[in-house]
Amino acid sequence: MKLTMASSPHNHSHKSLTRLMLSVIAACIPGLIAQVFFFGTGVLIQLVLALVAVSVFEAAIMLMRKRPVWPALSDGSAWLTGVLLALSIPPLAPWWIIVIGCLFSIVIVKQLYGGLGFNLFNPAMAAYVLLLVSFPVQMTAWLPVTDLINTPISFTDQLRLIFTDFTASGFSLDQVRAGIDGLTMATPLDTVKTDIVHGLTVTESMQKPLFNEWAGLGWVWVNLGFLVGGLYLLKAKIINWHIPVSFIASLAVCSAIGYIASPGTEPGTLFHLLSGATMMGAFFIATDPVSAATTNKGRLIYGALIGLLVYLIRTFGGFPDAIAFSVLLINIAVPLIDYYTQPRTYGHGAVK
Amino acid sequence: MDKLLEQIKKGTVWAFPGGIHPPQQKSLSNSASITRLPLPDKLIVALKQHIGANGKLLVEKGQHVLKGQPLTAPAANWSVPVHAPSSGVVTDIAPMPSAHPSALPELSVIIEPDGKDEWVALNKNKNPAELSHDELINIIHQAGISGMGGAGFPTYVKADTKQPIEFLIVNAVECEPYITADDVLMREHAKEVIQGIEIMQQLLNPTLCIVGIEDNKPEAIAAMKQAAEHNSKIIIQTVPTIYPSGGEKQLIKLLTNREVPSIGIPADIGILVHNTGTLFAVQQAVYEGKPLIERIVTVTGNTIHNPGNVWALLGTEIKHLLDCQGFSPVPQQSVVMGGPMMGFTLPTVRIGIVKTTNCILAPDHKELAEPGPEKACIRCSACADACPASLLPQQLQWFAKSKEYDKLQEHNLFDCIECGACAYVCPSEIPLVQYYRVAKVEIKEQQAEKIKADRAKERFDARKERLEREQEERKNRHKRKPAAKSDDEKQKVADALARVKNKSDNGGEKSAVAAAIARAKAKKQQGEELEPDNSEVAKERALRKEQARQYKEQKSQTEVSTDTAPVDDKKAAVAAAIARAKAKKAAQAVSEEPQNDAPVDDKKAAVAAAIARAKAKKAAQASEEPQSDTPVDDKKAAVAAAIARAKAKKAAQALEDTEQTVSEEPQSDAPVDDKKAAVAAAIARAKAKKAAKALEEAEQTVSEKPQSAAPVDDKKAAVAAAIARAKAKKAAKALAQAEQTQELQIDSAAPKSADNNTDDSSNSAEADKPKSADDKKKAAVAAAIARAKAKKLQKEGNNQS
Repeated sequence: MKLTMASSPHNHSHKSLTRLMLSVIAACIPGLIAQVFFFGTGVLIQLVLALVAVSVFEAAIMLMRKRPVWPALSDGSAWLTGVLLALSIPPLAPWWIIVIGCLFSIVIVKQLYGGLGFNLFNPAMAAYVLLLVSFPVQMTAWLPVTDLINTPISFTDQLRLIFTDFTASGFSLDQVRAGIDGLTMATPLDTVKTDIVHGLTVTESMQKPLFNEWAGLGWVWVNLGFLVGGLYLLKAKIINWHIPVSFIASLAVCSAIGYIASPGTEPGTLFHLLSGATMMGAFFIATDPVSAATTNKGRLIYGALIGLLVYLIRTFGGFPDAIAFSVLLINIAVPLIDYYTQPRTYGHGAVK
Repeated sequence: MDKLLEQIKKGTVWAFPGGIHPPQQKSLSNSASITRLPLPDKLIVALKQHIGANGKLLVEKGQHVLKGQPLTAPAANWSVPVHAPSSGVVTDIAPMPSAHPSALPELSVIIEPDGKDEWVALNKNKNPAELSHDELINIIHQAGISGMGGAGFPTYVKADTKQPIEFLIVNAVECEPYITADDVLMREHAKEVIQGIEIMQQLLNPTLCIVGIEDNKPEAIAAMKQAAEHNSKIIIQTVPTIYPSGGEKQLIKLLTNREVPSIGIPADIGILVHNTGTLFAVQQAVYEGKPLIERIVTVTGNTIHNPGNVWALLGTEIKHLLDCQGFSPVPQQSVVMGGPMMGFTLPTVRIGIVKTTNCILAPDHKELAEPGPEKACIRCSACADACPASLLPQQLQWFAKSKEYDKLQEHNLFDCIECGACAYVCPSEIPLVQYYRVAKVEIKEQQAEKIKADRAKERFDARKERLEREQEERKNRHKRKPAAKSDDEKQKVADALARVKNKSDNGGEKSAVAAAIARAKAKKQQGEELEPDNSEVAKERALRKEQARQYKEQKSQTEVSTDTAPVDDKKAAVAAAIARAKAKKAAQAVSEEPQNDAPVDDKKAAVAAAIARAKAKKAAQASEEPQSDTPVDDKKAAVAAAIARAKAKKAAQALEDTEQTVSEEPQSDAPVDDKKAAVAAAIARAKAKKAAKALEEAEQTVSEKPQSAAPVDDKKAAVAAAIARAKAKKAAKALAQAEQTQELQIDSAAPKSADNNTDDSSNSAEADKPKSADDKKKAAVAAAIARAKAKKLQKEGNNQS
């Protein structure tokens, strides 16, 4: 009888890479729903665009690298990158924005570094930063929540805006973005920052229709959606608690200190936690295993540093949001963090 | 300490990091009671079933053995015997595939049971408390008990630990899925296990004995608690079900919150861990006198019809176990020895079970995950979360793949217990443990290589240093030697020679001896050139052996040669005179040689050789010239001349050889200090005297003989004269050689014989020591050697003449 030989262990947890990636994508759904609800179906169009683009680029680069296409594509990591990128850019940004983003993230950031597992930087965030720096206008053209838009934009108009830059009736994105009062509206983070520069207090700025009492309209829900998804990830043990908790705690502490020090010019903890991409960053971006710290102690440091940087950039920096920059900057520090936070191995030191 | 004890007694269990929860699959096999297998057709008992050395084989092919009869006797350290599992005939003793991942053949005794299952006489002990420590250890040792949980460490070694043991831990955790051997053992034999524990308590006297059992074995826990009720020093501790809580280090952490140091053993922290099965075997050995010949094996898996636990004789083929429990293999069937986490697949089912075989798992393709293709590591660190040793498996994997061995060691690769938790949780299905195993082997190989290379370098350096030192010594010797042989000494030698020459002789026999010595020396030195390492001692012995026989032969032959030297009056007288003259000349010429040669640096030796050659030629010529002048008849004269020439040439040749030897030998020669030189000189003087005397004797014999043997015809006389001449020459040469050789022997014989076995014969330090210690003795030895040689060669010389 011929027996099959194998190396131990002979059993496996049935966890798989594909399942892991698809679970993360699934965990994005609450946040996605909130975005679609508040910012229109353009998000979905971007999502489809992104999924197609990453699939094409991933397949193409695998062919060029003479590697099997399907195993790479089916692990779902490219799709996750696409999804995260689609959720990060303004919903009605022109089609080529997302395509360039996908190209950069998959081809340059991931595959040129050796493929999955070898990239130093978070692909979605690196692409986001590239786009933000290269196309600041398109990348900051966030619509206000649909409630505040003059004339609601139909799905076809959104399609037209994305692919042709104009609606059927000839409005450009800027015109569409104009609010009820006819003024172009930015994101809450932007608005507060600009207002403070203009001498307004946070309270005064928050009086604007863009806000409810303590944060931006819609954005609160988007963040809460990602929080829910993140909690699912924690529950399913797909991510460890260390990074999101330390990130959120660090941001909360920093913003609280700021608020106490200068209540007039500081929007406070809740605003920071529920504005922009905070929750998405905490649970979906910073926890990207490839580019994050790998030791538990290191993860705490990693998350805390990102939180600190987010606060600093949001408060003192020139860009509206800071998740992408912070994550990329701390990605650089990961090897160092990992090296100095090796856990104490059994039987080494501290043995009583 | 007291606090810890209190906590333990209260039932506190600590936690170790990591761990996983693979499907238990234990209910498959733990419901039925232990069954006994029918006797198999053959038993393959591997001699080595434990960590340590093989025992010494006690049986031979064809021998009938009884059940429990030892097949091997413990030989070296850590060696435990194996016993015949049943009565029967030893059909073969041959290497058979072993119960090891590699299945490398291991010498095994193959027994064909006779079906009687007849025991040897068993030595039962009703009350082990009466036995002494050593008696108990001996019983455990002779019963062949080694750890039955995994590694197979000889139990008697552990039980004889000299370090104080605070906690005796009984590993009844059995955390591997599927395996229930310990579970059912405790259910059915809790009393015996507790008795085994008590024997260990007697041996080690620990403060407390803690039995760790996973909470998925409630029946076993209850049974053990009941059996241990009477003993307050035994605590049955329930530990949570988490793999690998049964790992020795993990269990120690769980039960005592202590950690075994990385490079250490549990005894270092006052802890000793024994497996339940081992303790049962100890109980059987002590109470029943039964050696370890059977064990409980879990036969399980979905391809087994009646999964359960069986008492299997050691050496029973796995096939027998599978067949008895009903086995329907699936395509690409795998059979695992051990559990699904740390067990290994077997290449064949024709392997006998061993003392560490706790489970035979024959799974189908559904119950255990099929290994998928290895995918990219995404650094999710699920492995690190699962690692019970707090390693970073993911990092280790990168280093292992890139062969960064120093980094691997820096990340404590060798603290990996290969439990497989990391590979179990890896979403990319990377065979992490396999990478570590390979890396460990490679690192060990590399370290072994390094040790080898270091040794080689050491040796090379030592050799280089030695060569340099020798060269230095040679230089120094060249500087010192002339000084050592002072003019004064030379004068002494010359004087001695002169004295010798003036002495009158005693008989012809001695001259022959001298001649023989001379020839022998020449020959020997020729030989030495080719084989400079010839042991002086060996020669001495050989020569001494032959001495008696040689002496006899030599005597008779000398007589013959003396008798066959009849010379005609006139001619003989002339020839004798000539011969005398020549011999004297030659003797003088040659006897001067040693004085010139004594300071033998290369250049001087060459010069001396040249001089010697010239002299020899001269001597040869001299021997020719007078002959042509003498009034002998033409024919005879020509013959005599030819003989003389040949002899002269031979002598010259011998002389040259001697010179060569002389000029070469000093290289292996040790420098001699003044005192030694003086001794050597004295000996040389003695030799020279003897040789000179012999020479003169030879001359006299030559000159006397013709007078005594009057009526001889012309021809014979000429021949005799020539022979006499030749002998005289040889004697002269012998004298010279004797002197030279004597000196050399004094210098070189001591170190050579002292360091005969080393290749460092010319180490001056070593050579000087023995010399200064007993110069006389050595000189005497050398003299004896010379004498022996002389005798031997005298015989040869006589043969020639």
